[in-house]
Amino acid sequence: MKTVMEVKGLAKTFTLHQQHGVVLNVLQGLDFSVLAGECLILHGRSGAGKSTLLRTLYGNYLPAAGSIRVLHQDQMIEMLGAEPRQILELRRTTLGYVSQFLRVIPRVSCLDVVMEPARARGMDLNTARQRAEELLLRLGIPERLWNLAPGTFSGGEQQRVNIARSFMVHWPVLLLDEPTASLDDANRKVVIELIEEARRAGSGLIAISHDAETRNAIADRYLDMTPKELSHAD
Amino acid sequence: MNPLLSVRDLTLLYGPEKGCQGVSFDLYPGEVLGIVGESGSGKSTLLSVLSGRNMPDTGQVTYHCPQTGSIDLYRASEAQRRNLLRTQWGFVEQNPRDGLRMNVSAGANIGERLMAQGVRHYGQLRQAGLQWLKQVEIDPARIDDLPRTFSGGMQQRLQIARNLVSSPKLMFMDEPTGGLDVSVQAHLLDLLRGLVRELQLAVIIVTHDLAVARLLADRLMVMRRSRVVEAGLTDQILDDPQHAYSQLLVSSVLQP
Repeated sequence: MKTVMEVKGLAKTFTLHQQHGVVLNVLQGLDFSVLAGECLILHGRSGAGKSTLLRTLYGNYLPAAGSIRVLHQDQMIEMLGAEPRQILELRRTTLGYVSQFLRVIPRVSCLDVVMEPARARGMDLNTARQRAEELLLRLGIPERLWNLAPGTFSGGEQQRVNIARSFMVHWPVLLLDEPTASLDDANRKVVIELIEEARRAGSGLIAISHDAETRNAIADRYLDMTPKELSHAD
Repeated sequence: MNPLLSVRDLTLLYGPEKGCQGVSFDLYPGEVLGIVGESGSGKSTLLSVLSGRNMPDTGQVTYHCPQTGSIDLYRASEAQRRNLLRTQWGFVEQNPRDGLRMNVSAGANIGERLMAQGVRHYGQLRQAGLQWLKQVEIDPARIDDLPRTFSGGMQQRLQIARNLVSSPKLMFMDEPTGGLDVSVQAHLLDLLRGLVRELQLAVIIVTHDLAVARLLADRLMVMRRSRVVEAGLTDQILDDPQHAYSQLLVSSVLQP
């Protein structure tokens, strides 16, 4: 199996200029890699920097040092120092990120929100709509909500809309931050199924999950993130 | 891919730290660049220099025209610059009254750029007017009405239509949602988001509203006292700002 993401010597610090310039060293000297079709679970207690790591891998946080290389169209691309448009291109076709939270945009309907990643890759409207409807049904979002903007949906509904959106397309590398947090059993099973399907399709997964059932179902390997000395609590 | 616009060391100062200085960047086709910062930081000055409305003290802007090759903006003739601004470029003013002709109809406002390009056929102009009104979600039946009779949000949408009719490659926008109330803002932003994607427009947008920046911009430049203090991917700048001033800017806002 080929390596889809390779991380070397990764460090992340936060300098809080508004709070007397306090420097927090959250991540230091991280090395790991992920193969296609493999699921790596980030392991460590709250404050160990798991979410910070996922955000850094997505380019949302700026690393202090090291290297993050991603397999993008048969080439390993270095994310550190890449131009914004290169990161956006990675995010369009290669690098996916699932969180618990949906970023709601006024006036955009639930179906359009879910279809967007596929439309951004040029999938035609009918195919995209079919796939979106299938996902929304599996995740128990009733049809009467599909044409409404998700701004007024409940927290759980928004979370499931976000998950449907994330699984619209195939991601060679998929980052998952607590995808099943606060879901009921039935919906959690669906999400675990979706993750399994993605993995069988060859996605390399990096996930955080505090829920043992999800973890046991999807984990291939664990990355221990317990800090040698705890220098920061999130 | 080649950049659409190359900006090198651009400076126009009205006084110490008033205006903009040392600004360099490349903008690519279809890319949306947001310029953020407090009032008086030089955002609008930068925009007026970039769009050729003001000449800089020093610096260079090159527009790489897909059809006619590269144009050195400040060495081009006045006529060339004017031609660029009303065909391949667009400028959306904060106050629609500055960007519209208030004493001619909505249809005539939309048709003006086409007429400047030599379209004389009344039916074609009328057709373009109707089509663009629809595209910016204004009732086409209003085509013969004066912009004065439109609401603020409609005027702003008309101004956008008036610019887009010539199929520009690059749009400058100065606080396009500035004077509008929140529901109208959301409508306009949604429309802009759609148009930018659909038409593969490159946009340079000045805003002090970080929520607008997050929604529309691919990347941001943060300005303070005439200088760019930080630049990068929009969500990275908003979620993990590095510069002390960017951190202050982001933390001062209620939930961007």
